[in-house]
Amino acid sequence: MSLLTVRGLSKSFGGLRAVSDVSFDVEGGSVVGLIGPNGAGKTTTFALISGFQRPTAGVVTFKGELVTGLSPDAICHRGLTRTFQIMQAFPKLTLLHNVMIGAYARHRTVTAARRRALEVLERFGMVERREQLARNLTLADLKRLEIAKALATDPALILLDEVVAGLTPTEIEDMVRLIRSIRAEGVTILMIEHVMQAVMALSEVIVVLDHGEKIFEGSPAEATRDPRVVEAYLGEGAAHA
Amino acid sequence: MAVTVAAAALLPFALGGHQTHVMIQILMAAYLGYCWNVLGGFAGQLSFGHALFMAVGAYSSTLLLLGAGVSPWIGMIAGGFLAAALGVFIGYLSFRYGIRGTYFGLVTLAFAEIARNVALNWNAIGGAMGLYIPIQSNDVWNLKFVDKAGYYHVVLGFLLLALGVTAWLERSRIGHCLLAIRENEDAARALGVDVMRGKLLATAISAFMTALGGTLYAHYVTFIDPHTLLNMNMAIEIMIYAIVGGIGTLWGPLLGAAVLVPLAEVMRASLGKSYAGIHLVVYGAVLMAIVMFAPDGLVGLLRRFGARARGAGMPALSPSARS
Repeated sequence: MSLLTVRGLSKSFGGLRAVSDVSFDVEGGSVVGLIGPNGAGKTTTFALISGFQRPTAGVVTFKGELVTGLSPDAICHRGLTRTFQIMQAFPKLTLLHNVMIGAYARHRTVTAARRRALEVLERFGMVERREQLARNLTLADLKRLEIAKALATDPALILLDEVVAGLTPTEIEDMVRLIRSIRAEGVTILMIEHVMQAVMALSEVIVVLDHGEKIFEGSPAEATRDPRVVEAYLGEGAAHA
Repeated sequence: MAVTVAAAALLPFALGGHQTHVMIQILMAAYLGYCWNVLGGFAGQLSFGHALFMAVGAYSSTLLLLGAGVSPWIGMIAGGFLAAALGVFIGYLSFRYGIRGTYFGLVTLAFAEIARNVALNWNAIGGAMGLYIPIQSNDVWNLKFVDKAGYYHVVLGFLLLALGVTAWLERSRIGHCLLAIRENEDAARALGVDVMRGKLLATAISAFMTALGGTLYAHYVTFIDPHTLLNMNMAIEIMIYAIVGGIGTLWGPLLGAAVLVPLAEVMRASLGKSYAGIHLVVYGAVLMAIVMFAPDGLVGLLRRFGARARGAGMPALSPSARS
């Protein structure tokens, strides 16, 4: 039984079919990359899985249970959370407070949530800056905070929406290392990413969307050889890279 | 803290009648500011209709007292629950359809306007004539005092309670989740925060507390009517103290009231004869200045100066104080 199964997922906005009959599985403990050109329906797929939008058709199951139609907070309590492509920090709260909000999903008391948040901040190398306000962070740190908040909810599956894009090469290396360490803890990862270097290095399985449809599912190596993927997204150069 | 409270409690014995009156107004304004702050400051839902909750409290306890001889201490609890229920109803209607920010404010304002028209035409509750609370003697159980010091102490007690609630919110899971809702609803939702429940809870607490304030108001002025209670000025006054003082902060509403109420008093005394309502013009100007130059209110302004002084002229990059 896969941790996450997506079956026939579709979403229409008026006449526009943003996501059309998409099906794929995410096995527990794996890293799956969701790629495709801009407007392919990747972020919409995330919104459908995490409960932010209701699908027009199709179902999502998580840990063998139907989660379609549940609210994002209910889905989070079941162990599935997401990050946002446009970072959604709580700007006027401190880093500690930001991460504590995530920790409250598992810890009812302030003391326990605080302890969990400090653990996560420590791991992200942000513990010294815990009293800083989130609005003063740099882009790279905002992306890390985004993951830290999500990780504090102790998820079984985390959806990462472009956490690498926009970073410098050194920051990319740090982020790849961080994602590997999260995965090493047993957290399953489904990630949208444009930075091929990162997504190819991290993922065991790649799912490619184009115009809302799934055009490929397989290993990164196969993806670079698939003519449809190359044509739709990677471009001619990638086959030789 | 204990010394401050003791000094505040003894204050009316050192002051004259009018000065005590101004002090009561400050405490009352601060109390209402704290009530509004739970919903507007913590949960970030700007209500323009808090006069409605205040009126529900004032009318409930007064009608129970006049009609059935029920003590206002019990009547205010009844009014509190009624206001909380009404708040949850209005909140559910709004939040269910994703109405937030200014639009939520307009919905609450609309409900307050409806209530004003109902109250004006409902003769059983006094209609446009309003209701009088007769006071002949000191009677704590019926919240009646012949001198102002009695009211002063009651209002001071309520203000301390409201401060306590605010301090608890700052340190509790619920308060933290309300701040998260204010800062970013989607992010809060993704992290497991039940946004609807949080907002309704904040509305209920805020409405309950405001209704208690309505009872205190009714017993202090001993006369309530729809024109004074359910008008726009009252709604604005309730929210302005928290906004000017610093939204969602522990000391903001008290600071806001301590600055604005005496300011209004001075304006009224010096210009009130020739320009009635001049204090509202000043309130408007102060509000605009705050929104433009100090969005975190007077508390934020003080913090900024404090940080600058500590950093020996260096601009503060990371204010350590929580918002």
